[in-house]
Parts: sequence; structure tokens; C-alpha cells
Amino acid sequence: MGKIWRVSGPLVIANEMRGSQVYEVVEIGEDGIVGEVIGLDGDKAVIQAHEETLGLKTGEDVRPTGKILSVELGPGLLGSIYDGLQKSLLPMAEQTGAFIKRGAKSPALPRDVKWPFTPTVKVGDVVEYGDIIGTVPETPLVEHKVMVPVGISGTIKHIREGEYTIEETVAVVEKDGKTHELTLMQEWPVRKPRPYLKRQSPSGLLTTGMRILDYMFPLAMGGKAAIPGGFGTGKTVAQQQLVRWADTALNIYVGCGERGNEMADVLFSFRQLKEPKTGRLLQEKEIFLANTSNMPVVAREASIFVGVTMAEYYRDMGYNVLLVADSTSRWAEAMREMGGRLEEMPGEEGFPSYMGSRLSGFYERAGMIDCLGSPNRTGSVTVVGAVSPPGADFSEPVTQNTLRIVDALFALDVGLANKRHFPAISWLTSYSLYVDAVKDWWNTFDRGWEETRGAALRILQQEAELEEIVRLVGPEALPDSDKLLLLVSRMIREDFLQQSAYSDADTYCSPGKAGLMLKTILKFHESAQNMLNGGAGYETIRTSPIIYRIARMKEITNDEFADRCKELWAEMDETLVARTRA
Amino acid sequence: MELSGLYVREGKAISKAKGALVIAERIPGTKYNEVVDVVLSNGDVKTGQAIDISEDATVIQVFGGVSEVDLKGSKIRCKGETLKLPVSVDMLGRIFNGMGKPIDGGPAIIPDEYLDINGEAINPASRQPPAEFIETGISSIDGLNVLVRGQKLPLFSGSGLPHNRLAAQIIRQATVKGTDEKFAIVFGAIGISYDDAAFFMSNLERTGALERAVAFINTASDPAIERISTPRLALTAAEYLAWKHDMHVLVILTDMTNYCEALRELSSMREEIPSRRGYPGYMYTDLATIYERAGRIIGHEGSVTIMPILTMPDDDITHPIPDLTGYITEGQIVMSRNLMRKGVYPPIDVFLSLSRMMKEGIGPGKTREDHNNVFMQIYASYAEGIYLREISTIIGADALGDRDRLYLENADSVEQRFISQGEQDKRKVEDTLDIAWDLFSVLPEEDLKLIKEDFIKKYHPKHAQDAGIKAQ
Repeated sequence: MGKIWRVSGPLVIANEMRGSQVYEVVEIGEDGIVGEVIGLDGDKAVIQAHEETLGLKTGEDVRPTGKILSVELGPGLLGSIYDGLQKSLLPMAEQTGAFIKRGAKSPALPRDVKWPFTPTVKVGDVVEYGDIIGTVPETPLVEHKVMVPVGISGTIKHIREGEYTIEETVAVVEKDGKTHELTLMQEWPVRKPRPYLKRQSPSGLLTTGMRILDYMFPLAMGGKAAIPGGFGTGKTVAQQQLVRWADTALNIYVGCGERGNEMADVLFSFRQLKEPKTGRLLQEKEIFLANTSNMPVVAREASIFVGVTMAEYYRDMGYNVLLVADSTSRWAEAMREMGGRLEEMPGEEGFPSYMGSRLSGFYERAGMIDCLGSPNRTGSVTVVGAVSPPGADFSEPVTQNTLRIVDALFALDVGLANKRHFPAISWLTSYSLYVDAVKDWWNTFDRGWEETRGAALRILQQEAELEEIVRLVGPEALPDSDKLLLLVSRMIREDFLQQSAYSDADTYCSPGKAGLMLKTILKFHESAQNMLNGGAGYETIRTSPIIYRIARMKEITNDEFADRCKELWAEMDETLVARTRA
Repeated sequence: MELSGLYVREGKAISKAKGALVIAERIPGTKYNEVVDVVLSNGDVKTGQAIDISEDATVIQVFGGVSEVDLKGSKIRCKGETLKLPVSVDMLGRIFNGMGKPIDGGPAIIPDEYLDINGEAINPASRQPPAEFIETGISSIDGLNVLVRGQKLPLFSGSGLPHNRLAAQIIRQATVKGTDEKFAIVFGAIGISYDDAAFFMSNLERTGALERAVAFINTASDPAIERISTPRLALTAAEYLAWKHDMHVLVILTDMTNYCEALRELSSMREEIPSRRGYPGYMYTDLATIYERAGRIIGHEGSVTIMPILTMPDDDITHPIPDLTGYITEGQIVMSRNLMRKGVYPPIDVFLSLSRMMKEGIGPGKTREDHNNVFMQIYASYAEGIYLREISTIIGADALGDRDRLYLENADSVEQRFISQGEQDKRKVEDTLDIAWDLFSVLPEEDLKLIKEDFIKKYHPKHAQDAGIKAQ
């Protein structure tokens, strides 16, 4: 048992702490607030407190728990709302009211729920760690696979179907005369990546329903991406769209140092929104971590690791998991604050010099892997991190360190956001290195994806170049073919890339619809160019009613789109080609 | 600051006094962030706070600075309490200084409770998403950047811009449609000039809102260090009225730039490692503990809405103060010097302004069904006009085509007819939307791509006229 020696903000130094280890969890003071040892010096331990330290006194008790900061893993995670330390916030609100009391405890997994367990192995089977021994229907959308915890193997001595709480023994494993009782729950230290058999390259499109991502800057399953943007550029809305519509088995939303009202909005909407394929409520495939900006800073640092550990756990069951972190900048700032309190030598802009390696340590936990144990399965964790660069200046250290690790950049642009072009993802600065990784996926049902995508990007690039000329000579002075190009690029921007998160028909766009939309615009370009070549004037094209019809394409639902698109193409042939002839 | 209890401990040996900090030998039993009195040799008492405690030393931050502190005769007395504000409904109609003492000549408050001025974080799972439209009567806010109950929406301004007049107009006009509920205004003045404070107070008095208001006033001549607690006192009072007495509270905090300057001053005195432009690295978190106190709570009638006002140094929106504020608040109303020079009041730059809570606050039953479409269309058309205005400064308006000239003129109309309005002009949201439709009517109808066809048929002046003729 140690004693408090010094308190300064979230930094607590305790003496008489011989025998504790780095990253051990301690309980501080009367309220037993949670802290984590981050350094040892003689009999003194340097502790970061994950809760408010107001009112602590020197000489108060510091109790080591003997445990490294860990999370509880088992059925009951899905649909839950946690703080940065995996305290379950809904039960906490019932117990202690609407305000978070210091030292309040609230276990991550409910202890009283009985889960129906169906074994998939039988007595006498030999199991190793990672093997699936049974299943629990955690939610109608996700079947929880109960795995042998890491470090345990042997022969099944006992296993029976039935209803169990997470603490009751569901199976007994014996090896060399020693028995292990397995429950539905296991624990894992958050800072240690969970093991796997073999790493694979990310592959297959992670469909997001956002046209600018799916079609132009695709994200692969197991990939890692960053969304940097100044305030008001729509980081949070973009991230929310991702966890809403991504076609993964489940998603984890880490709200790290962000707004409470927005978090409340997400929580409320997920209780009503339906998953597009099954029509089930979205919250059945989501886990939320809410550590808002006014909650203790240090817990922000933990929240990212808590989230990614849960993601790895479901990955090990053979699922594709998406984790979004909003915002990694707040996480880095928590590191900076602790670094400052510890009087460490600061790196760039006061951030600790190890920030880069911490960031890569987090992003590298993304990936597609072959899981340990039988049956053979692959799973993936895809990570998308928001970055909040001060003054929207991407040259700052968090953005730059992130860009060194991630393979896709969805850059949010203040100018676009000011014009209310959403999602405000810049087509000129964004990139994705997963184009090759998703090529096969696209080719299975949209031949010519690469060409269409390339053609659209070329037009947008040409527009950017023409734009400089327009500013000097005015739009009227351009030749007709350039005017047409500007018209078409504008159609790509407004009628394809712009997408409303708040319109029922437009919020989720199927890849099929996205492809047809872009091809419609490019077909218009081709037909119109033919008209120009045939001697028609630009004005006839600009005033063509087909443009208005193309602009309204977004309002057509995903299901009806293919049919309605055929009509549109026929109409286009009729009007434009007919005009050429005339 | 009233405190319960008597002195419990006393320490003597002060080893260092500098700026706002006093470093003393260890005083056993001192709590982190506890309030202490620094008693000077002449018997004067200053209030301080223990900001770093250890077995070696206690670091005390002294409100009002360390002038006249000496190392020999001064003493430190501890009371064993953290900073608390005595609260009661009798605070309504009263004026306090930046440390919570009454300065209106009235009696001390008979407290119902003593509340920690730092408050407690609202459990995110207990928050109710804000969704009630507040009608301010100002078109550029009600039409394009809607304010809802429980939101935190700052005014980003610059020196010499009419942010005080706009804030006063909002206080005067703000109502929630179709309700007659208990409301209150909490006004926190942080380091502003005496004249500015007097402007707000006389405004409250004139409109009869004073009896529904609580004011905490720290003027420019008061100690800078007290500015750290002023917004927290204001919010503690607001939370008490909202969560204990079910009131809808609008909190005006002005000027948050002065708060941040005080924070920087304190940080450099503590010899902390500075972040951008010398502001402390924890400024984001610190500001969040203020702004995040806005909200609604499931099962509670009341609400806390915060409208902080800040002046952007050199009108620079990327300066750390507006930048970090914008990352925490749910949008911002940005004032424009260009529009002010053109004589537009209120000079609101609608492109830089934003309300993140808007989509929840508008639509059928709240404002009108066409609101969202009108909002998007007005942005698109106005942006086009502004773009053409830029081009036309180089090539001349004559070099533009007919269609482009329409948009150029439309941008002027948006500024002169939609954004611009009188200081006493209280527009209904329907009127705001109708003005927008009037502006749309001069544009080619097929260009209104962002509006549903049904709404065009129903609200477009041309069709409304047709429908009117048919009806006759």
C-alpha cells in the first residue's frame, strides 16, 4: 500500500510503492479513483490518474491492484456505451444520476444476464487457444463465438448447452492433470495487441455508402485511413456515416475528447436507424466509447486502446470490424499534457517525441489476419482516425505523423465546407493506396470501374487547371469544349460527389448506384462532345433539360436506380442525339 | 466567495512569491485545488488555491496577484474546501463580481446549497440531444444557422464589430415557438470594459429581463486571475437554475478571449511548456470544461444554452482561441468586417458560420418543411454569386453571361435583403423563408436543384401566384 506524495493535475506521485509494475492499475484515495502507474523511481511510482484529482491530500492511500489496465471481453459488449476505461455508462446513470461521480464503478459486462450457450465441441475434444468452443447469440446481427483464452489448451472434460451468466463455468479443459474453467468472459490488457496466426494484405472493398469513398478513394477491409479537417468541415458526420453504413459485421465508435451533444445524437439515432441489408436496429452491431472533452483527459489516452482491443477480439472470431476514432488529435493532446506534467523534453509543438510511435502502435493494430485456432477463419480490423489540425493546417505534427502510417487520406477542405459541399472531402488532395486491393472486388460486378474512376478524376484535375484561366479571362472567353468540361466537372462535383447525410434516398448509396450515376454523367459528356463536334453550340447543351434530370438522380432509391437509369439513358440518347441531327 | 467552516490549518514559511504564485513549505492535509487564504503582515487577506501539493512544498495560485506578500510575516490558512459558490433562486436579479460577491449593494445570498464551481461532467448516456428551435428573429441565424436549446454556439467577432448589439438583440428577441416556459439569463462578463458591461446591464434593465437574470461581472480593471473563475461561477449558477429549478437558461459569456489571455498568463507563471502562440497545451480541455456544461438531460425540464462571445485577434479565425473554441462548440456565428463596411447589420458571414445542431431543430412541426432545402439552395446560389463577384473584379461584370449576371445580382440581394435587417426587426422564421423564396424567384427555376419539386410548386412565388389565380 502506497501513500500520495504529490498531486499536480492528473499526475500523482506515490511513495512506498516498491513491488508495483509499470502500467499496473492503482486505486487512489478514499473514492478509489483509477490510476495507472507510468513510471517507477526507487520506491516512488509516477501515476496518471484517469479521474479528477480535486481534493486529494498527501498521505492518502494508493492501493495497487496487481492488474495491468485490461478490458473485459464477452457477450454484452454490443449495444453498450462505455467511457474511456470501459465503465458502462447506462447502468452508471441509473445508479448515480446524470452526472458522473468520481470513483463510480460500473462493470463493463452485465453480471446478471443469462446467455444461451451452444457448444460446438464435445467432451474429449482437444482444444488449443483460439479454438471456438461454442456460440452465443449476442444480438440478432452478431453471433458471439466463445474462444479458448490465450495460454490455455487441453482436453475438454466438461461442456454443456445451457444458459449461463458471464461468470459461470461453461466448459472445463484439462491438461497434465491441471484443469481450467472457461467462462463466457475473458480479459485482455489494452496496450498489448492480441495474437494472430498470419497477417494478410488488406483486400476487398469496405463499402461505406459514400460515393466519394467507395468509388473514388476506396477503403479496403483491414486498411487504415485518416480524415483530417478543420472545425466545421464534417469530420464527425463523415465518421458517423461510416459506422452507420459500413458493411462490416460490427463497428466500434470511439468518441475521444469530443462533444457530448453530438455523442448523444449518435446514441439516439442508432436506436432508430436500421441496418440497410437486414432492417435490424443499427445499435445491435455497434459498441460506443464516449469520453467527451470535459471528461478526464488521461482516460482519453486509454479509450483508443480499449476500443482497438475490443475490435481485435471480434476480429479473432473471424469478423470484419471497423473502428473509427474521433479524434486522434485529442488523444495526442492527452499525451502532450501528461508529458508536460512529467517535465519530459518536448518534441515538435510541445508533443512528446514518442507520439509518432504511439500513433503507429495504434494504427498498426489494424489489418486483415488469419485467426489462431480452429476452425480456420480470417478477420479484419479497419481503422479510420479523425485528425483535428489546429487552424486546419495539415503541416502540424499529429497530421504529419499520421500520414506516415495510414494508406488512405480523406482530406477535408474548409473551402468546400464553407460552400456546404458535403462530404467536404477534397478530390485533389485525398488519396487511397487501396485501389489495387479492391480492384478484384469492383470487377466482379462493375467492369470498367478503374477507367470510369480515372476519367472522372482526370476531368476534375483539368477543371482545377482551367479554373486558373477562368479567373483571368472569365468563363465566357473559353472555347466551347472547355466550357463543356467545366459543366461536366461541375456535374461530377454537385450531382455525384456531393451527398446528403440527411436525405433518405441519398444517405446510403449502393456501389451499383454510384457506378451508374458516374457513368451517366460521363455518357452525357461524350454525347455532348459529339454534339459540339457536329457543330451544335454550347448554349443548346447547357439549356438541355437532361441536365436537370441528371441533377435529380440522387433522389432515386438504390433499388429502383438501375431501371430508372435505363430510362434516363434512353432519354439522353433521344434528346441529345436528336438535337445533333437537327 | 463564501465558504463554510473555519480555518483548519495554518502554514507559515513562504519561500517564494512571484506573479500569481506563492510557494510555501508543506502544509499537512492540504487538498489538491483547495481554497486557502493568504494573510498578509498587515492583516489583509487574499484568496488562493493550492495547484500543486507534495510532501516538499505547496504551490498556491493567488487571486489578485502577490503584491504585498512578504516571505516573513505572511501566513497561509487552509479551510479544507475547494472553490464553491453559494446558490439560491434569489440570485435572479442580482449582480456579482468575478469571484461571486454581490456588488449591487444588496444583501448576501442565503444559500440553498454550496456548489463546486467546476461542476461535474454530464454522463453522455444521460444527455438528451438538443432539438428545440429557438427563434431569434434574425434571418441569418434562424434561416441558416439555427440555435437550439442546449446548444453552445459562440459569436466570433473582432474589435469594433457590433457583437454586443447582436447579443443584446438575441437576448431581447429569443423565444421558443409556442411555449411559455420558465427562462433565465446568466451573464458572465470576463475582463470587458466598464462601458460594455454597462451596455448589457442597461439593456437587460430596459427590457425588463433583469429580474430574470444573474450577472457576474469581472471588468478589465479587475484582477486577471479572477477571470479563470468568472465563467465557472456563471455556469454553476446556470446549472443550478436549469437542473434544480427546471429553467431554460441562456448563458452569455463575454469576452472569452480575455479568459484565454488570463489562462496563458497563469500558465507562463507556472512555467509550463507552452503550445501554439504561448497558450497552454491543455487549453482545449480547459475550454471544454466550460463549454461542455451546455446541454439537456433526459428527464429534466430545464436546459443550459451557452453563447460565448470572443474577439478574434486580428480577425484571424485560425488563432488558437477561435480555433479551439470551434473544435468544441456546436458551430459558430462569425461576424464579417467587410459586411459591416457595406452597412449590413447584423454583419454575419454566413459561409464561415455554422450550426451543427441545425438539422435537429428544423423541419415540419418545428419551423417549416422546406427549411432544409431552402437553406441548402441559398448557400449554393450565394456561393455562386460570390465566386462570380471575385471573377468580375478582374474581368469586369460585362464579360459575364446573362445567367452569371443574375447570380451576381442575387448575391447582393442576399446581403441587402436577407442578411441585413433592423436592430429592432424581429422576423418570424416563416418570413425569413419567404424572403429566401423571393430571392429564388429571379433565378432560373431549373437551377433550384437542391429543392424538392413539391416544395417549388408549393412555395415558389410564381407557382403560388398561379395557384392563387386558379383558386380565384
